[in-house]
Amino acid sequence: MLNRKLIAVGATLMLLALFPLAGSGFYIELVAKVMILAIFALSLDLLVGYTGLVSFGHAAYYGIGAYTLGLMAPKYEAANFWLTLPAAMLAAGIAAFAVGVFVVRVKGVYFIMVTLAFAQMFYFLFHDTKFGRGSDGISMNFKPIASIGGFTPFDLSNATHMYYCVLVLLVAVFLFLSMVLRSPFGRALQGIRSNEHRMRSLGFPIYRYKLASFTLAGALAGLAGYLSALQFGFVNPELLSWHQSGNVLLMLILGGVGSLYGAVVGAFAFVALTEIFQALTRHWQLLLGGAIILLVIFLPGGLASVANRFRRTLIGGADDA
Amino acid sequence: MDIYSFLIQLLNGVQYGLLLFLVASGLTLIFGIMGIINLAHGSFYMVGAYMAFTLSSLTGNLFVAIVVGVVLSVLLGIVLEWALISHLYKRDHLEQVLLTYGLILVFEELRSLIVGNDVHGVAVPAILGGSIPLTATLSYPVYRLFMSAVCLALAGLLYLLIHRTRVGMMIRAGASNREMVSALGLNITLVYRLVFALGVALAAFAGMIAAPVSSVYPGMGTQVLIICFVVVVIGGIGSIWGALFASLLIGLADTFGKVLVPEAAGVTVYLLMAAILLWRPEGLFRRAG
Repeated sequence: MLNRKLIAVGATLMLLALFPLAGSGFYIELVAKVMILAIFALSLDLLVGYTGLVSFGHAAYYGIGAYTLGLMAPKYEAANFWLTLPAAMLAAGIAAFAVGVFVVRVKGVYFIMVTLAFAQMFYFLFHDTKFGRGSDGISMNFKPIASIGGFTPFDLSNATHMYYCVLVLLVAVFLFLSMVLRSPFGRALQGIRSNEHRMRSLGFPIYRYKLASFTLAGALAGLAGYLSALQFGFVNPELLSWHQSGNVLLMLILGGVGSLYGAVVGAFAFVALTEIFQALTRHWQLLLGGAIILLVIFLPGGLASVANRFRRTLIGGADDA
Repeated sequence: MDIYSFLIQLLNGVQYGLLLFLVASGLTLIFGIMGIINLAHGSFYMVGAYMAFTLSSLTGNLFVAIVVGVVLSVLLGIVLEWALISHLYKRDHLEQVLLTYGLILVFEELRSLIVGNDVHGVAVPAILGGSIPLTATLSYPVYRLFMSAVCLALAGLLYLLIHRTRVGMMIRAGASNREMVSALGLNITLVYRLVFALGVALAAFAGMIAAPVSSVYPGMGTQVLIICFVVVVIGGIGSIWGALFASLLIGLADTFGKVLVPEAAGVTVYLLMAAILLWRPEGLFRRAG
């Protein structure tokens, strides 16, 4: 099984790496956008899939990461990539930590409601106050430059360079999370997901583990938000809206919760779905809503379950979920 | 702030709180009894408000619109429970959240298809159009007092329904043990369907009576939904008293927040929620166990 997985991942990676050679400008930007969303989905998977915390307010940290770039970017010159990127992750991480102090105290359905409420608080903070220029948002005049002491290894205003930058970060986040999940810390998180009481009686400080997971997920969401602000040169409060939080949950469900591959596949599936619906009708949200409802009723395991079922009928063998 | 403007804000806060209670009580009942987290609950409020707008411009009378609207919303609740919600009883919260999120998108888009995206006003009925003078310059509209009275009456009726009737007994029994109730020969499927329809009707009714005051606009459902989540978190899930108390608290905090610290108006209720979470993470009124 592992070998087959490795081959699939290697092939996907090759495909993504070679894509800019074949794709046109529009598609290069689209796939870069999808990979940014994949980072966002990966960060949420750490919470939902591996810690068992269903957050409905993850867009807040995505938006804070994006706004960090918007607020730090000087008006008449380019911001420094190496400075603003860690700052965005730091800001999102701090915000997630501050919210986490409150929200990881509660469980289950409360957690869903409380994360949503706090995300909405951040939304109003950016929407109603002058701090982030209100509902108009901030547009940036320059793309950040990635120069180290005069040397510029890549040019972020070039779509292909941007594409590879996002790809490298996606792979880095993916590898980082698989390492985290294999570390004792990650094992403990998965233990908490499957049986919190047992982990508590084994002496694990549940609260601290959950808070660390929430903070880490927030910082990684901040990275995705930062990249999105970089790509579009524009931030507004809609980045923090709860539709954004709902959509990223949808990506996880599409790809199958609790699998890092699933999060990436889900991001691709989500964008493909919305692009198709948007091409069909102006009222595409109706189709999206209908599709979500049908998905939940008929395909509880996401697309991964379809693939599994397909493989089982094709080659036989046990369920790989 | 003199005593009269204080009084006016107090009445506004109480009225807003009671309105929130109608929506939040349905939300908390549906969760407490059926175990369903319903994100689409705000959509029912929005549907109610738009029904008040459409039906009252058709019939020319808000009261007729409300009666027809309540009947329609009960039907809507029954159909939704039968077609969609009944699939969710054995599913986890994530799937419940997603399905009801899908429902929100469907309702919002249908609203935009059928009525459009404009903001509409709904006229206050002529009988309730007056206002009560407080001082030479300040007065209080009768319609708002009427709203508060109706909400209070409904809260009382809800209490009687749940604690003093046979149906209420079945509801309470269904909340504590679904299998046992159905093994005893009671039709629990029907009870759940009624509870859901009741919740939908309460939210839609709140939307209908609020329409003349708040006007009717896209996104109104979401706004109410999230505030109601705050109410339920503060009050404790499944507790009607908790919902009533927390609704009033939030109504007052929001109203006075807007007057006293207008810069932070959007944030007041969330800070209140944060404080209560630190103090009592299970909410103020949640029974132990």
